[in-house]
Formats: sequence, C-alpha cells, structure tokens
Amino acid sequence: MAENHEGEVKLLGFVGSPFTYRVQLALKLKGAQYEFLEDNLEHQSQLLLKYNPIHKKVPVLVHNEKPIIESLVILEYVDETWNGNPILPEEPYPRALARFWAKFIDEKCLSAVWKAASTFDEKEREKAVEESQEVLQILENELKDKFFGGEALGLVDIVGTFVAFWLPAIEQLVGLELLTSEKFPKLYNWSHEVLNLPVVKETLPPREPFFAAFKARLESLTPSK
Amino acid sequence: MAKEYGEVQLFGVGGSPYARRVRIALEMKGVQYTYFEEDLRNKSDLLLKYNPVHKKVPVLVHNGKPLAESLVILEYIDDTWGNHPILPQQPYDRALAQFWSRFIDDKCLPAITKAAFTANKEERDNSAEESLEALQFLENELKHKFFGGETIGLVDIAAGFIAFWLPAIEEAVGLKLLSCEKFPKLHKWGQEFTNHPVVKENLPPRDKLVGFFKARYASITASK
Repeated sequence: MAENHEGEVKLLGFVGSPFTYRVQLALKLKGAQYEFLEDNLEHQSQLLLKYNPIHKKVPVLVHNEKPIIESLVILEYVDETWNGNPILPEEPYPRALARFWAKFIDEKCLSAVWKAASTFDEKEREKAVEESQEVLQILENELKDKFFGGEALGLVDIVGTFVAFWLPAIEQLVGLELLTSEKFPKLYNWSHEVLNLPVVKETLPPREPFFAAFKARLESLTPSK
Repeated sequence: MAKEYGEVQLFGVGGSPYARRVRIALEMKGVQYTYFEEDLRNKSDLLLKYNPVHKKVPVLVHNGKPLAESLVILEYIDDTWGNHPILPQQPYDRALAQFWSRFIDDKCLPAITKAAFTANKEERDNSAEESLEALQFLENELKHKFFGGETIGLVDIAAGFIAFWLPAIEEAVGLKLLSCEKFPKLHKWGQEFTNHPVVKENLPPRDKLVGFFKARYASITASK
C-alpha cells in the first residue's frame, strides 16, 4: 500500500467559497482524510489568526501543524504530498501549461465576471460583459479534450469549477447571461461533465452561503442615492 | 557531460525585470539560448504568435513550444534542467517558495509601481504604505543570505525587482521605500543579489533604467 504521509490535515475555509472548494475537491480526489474548520466571514476566527496571522486569508491547509496558503499553492502541495489521481501532468511542458491556464482563470476570469456582475454603470457593465466573453472564448478555444486535464480532471478543471458552478450561480443572481451553449458549446458541455462527476457532485457546497455573501458584497457596493 | 538543451529562444525587453528573471535562471543552469529583443510599441509577429493571450514578454520557446508568465517559465526551467535547482526539494518548502514569489508579484510589485507612478497623491501615499507593509513581510521572511538559503532560488530571482529596479525607481521619482534603517536584512540582501556573478551580468544599465522611469513619472504627473 502506498505511503501517503497522512499525518494530521486540517482545512480552514469558507463554505461556499470557490477557493476553499478547489482544495476540498483536490483532497477528495486524493482520498485524503482531513478536518474541515469553517471560518466565518464576519469575524476573524481564532484559528485563522493562529494559522495565517500575516495574511489573514482562507483557505489555509494545515498539514502536521504547518500552514500552507494560496489555493493554487495548496493544490500543488496536495498533488506532491498525496499519491494517486495526479492533478498536474508529469511532463514539464504540459505541467507549465496547466499552471499558466490555472493562473489565467484566476487572474482574468474571476475579475472579469465579478466586474460584469457588480458594476452598476451601464456602459462599464457592457464593457465588463464583453471582457468576460473574451475570456470565456479563450478558454473555449483552449479546451481540446473532455476535460482541460485530458480524460480526467486536472488542475485547470479544478480551478475552472468557478466557471462550471459559481459563474452560473452569479448569472442567476444578477440576471446575466454569459456561459451559453450557443456561444461556448465546448465549455458549456465541459461544465456539465464536471458537475456530473460523482466526486464533484458529492462535494459541491450549497449555494445559499455563497449567494448570501455575494449579495452582501453587492449591497455594500451599491451607490447611496 | 554534454547536456541536451534543444532549441531555446527567449523574447524579452532589456529593461523588463520579468524577462531578466528568465535570463538569470537560464544562465544559472548554463542553458544556451537565443535572445530576441522586442519593441513593445511594435510587437513582432512571432511574439503575438507565441503569446496570443497576453501579448507580453517574456516568452520562452523550447523546441517550438511557447510559454508565457515569468513564474510559470521559471518553474518550467527548473523542471526541465535539473542542475542548480531554484526550487527546494521538499513539498512544504516548495510551497513556501511558490507562495513568496507570488506574493512578490501580486502584492509587492503592484504596490511599489502604484506608489511611484500614480498621479493622485493620496493614492500614491496609500500605495507607499502598502509597499512598506509588503517589504516588511519579506524582511521578516529573510532568514539566510538569500531567500533560497546559501544560494539564490526562485524567490530571490522574483525579488530581483526589489534589489535593482526599486532603487532605480526611488532615484527617478524621489521616493524612499527600501531604506537600510527600516529593512536592514532586505537592504543587505539586495546588495548580495545584485553582486551575484550571474545576476551582475544580467542587469540592464542603471542610468538608462533611471531615465526610463523619470520619463514615465513625468508623463504620469504631466497628464492632469
């Protein structure tokens, strides 16, 4: 039986956060046992201050009392520490591409979608919607197999769960239409493939906490009349 | 022992800290490569072909296969050529190195750039404070001669901006962030880093850099 260096694993995160979720999905894929410690948006918990006092952000993976932060960094650490179901490709070039696309989703996709969903100015909103669609088009063009990771889920798919699950949730909340099957057939199909995987279906968070947090954030941005 | 490098090309800009990172890593590992200097106001067809998504430098092309984003490129170089490793072996230490190099790019560099090149004084001051906080994190993190220990690693290479570009910016715009009183370790590290034999050969001429930043500052503060 493979040595898995289990040790004690804790994950500190927000239920409903796409960043926390990606780590949960990765740990589930690897069959890693862990304790989930729910942090609270309203007040910084004692645990957060203990494990990430400097940057005060979740998720935080704590392995044998050593904290790791930044979801993409955590995902690579999980891949290196637990065997089986590799998240990143073995070969350097495909590995680098996976890192590139994961970064692209985080840096371009998330911010474009957030802007499109939270901008009140009509013209600015149109621009943000266009930007979001450009980003989705780039991902559409990049998708060549069943998943970004090939025949099985990989890093980019895990990070891309934002597009598969959170984006439609946001679209529903604010009345946007971005990820349509007409405009992005491959991406649309991919999102359904991802959401139907048992490992994803079993681990997706309920929508309500995310909706509540998102609505609250939107409200805090509403220009006072 | 002959090393199989294949064909390695690097597209960059002389003054870019990101392109210089890649050059430092390649030269540390003794990788032969061809360098192409780009004109960012008139980007070459090759650059646009190899980096259609971001259209930026640096771009590394290895045996015809392109890669963009300097940190992604640095990790690729380390994965491909095993001598003089720039990332640690142990997963936890690797994760720390990855975290700090991203911290430098996501928090440090943008704050420093805004602290210098923003027209609005209040925004500049806020960014200056943010920069000082970020630098303090790095100061606290530095425990050896280099972030990588006794030799330079990924974090040192990423932090090159702080060692060389930041002082040039400070001189050009009259800003003072990296003082040796506030950040004695980081200040000393900066000198060790820029004096490293491989780094020394790979820094752009300082006066040109200061001139470039002076011009940039002038255009920002002029357009009001």
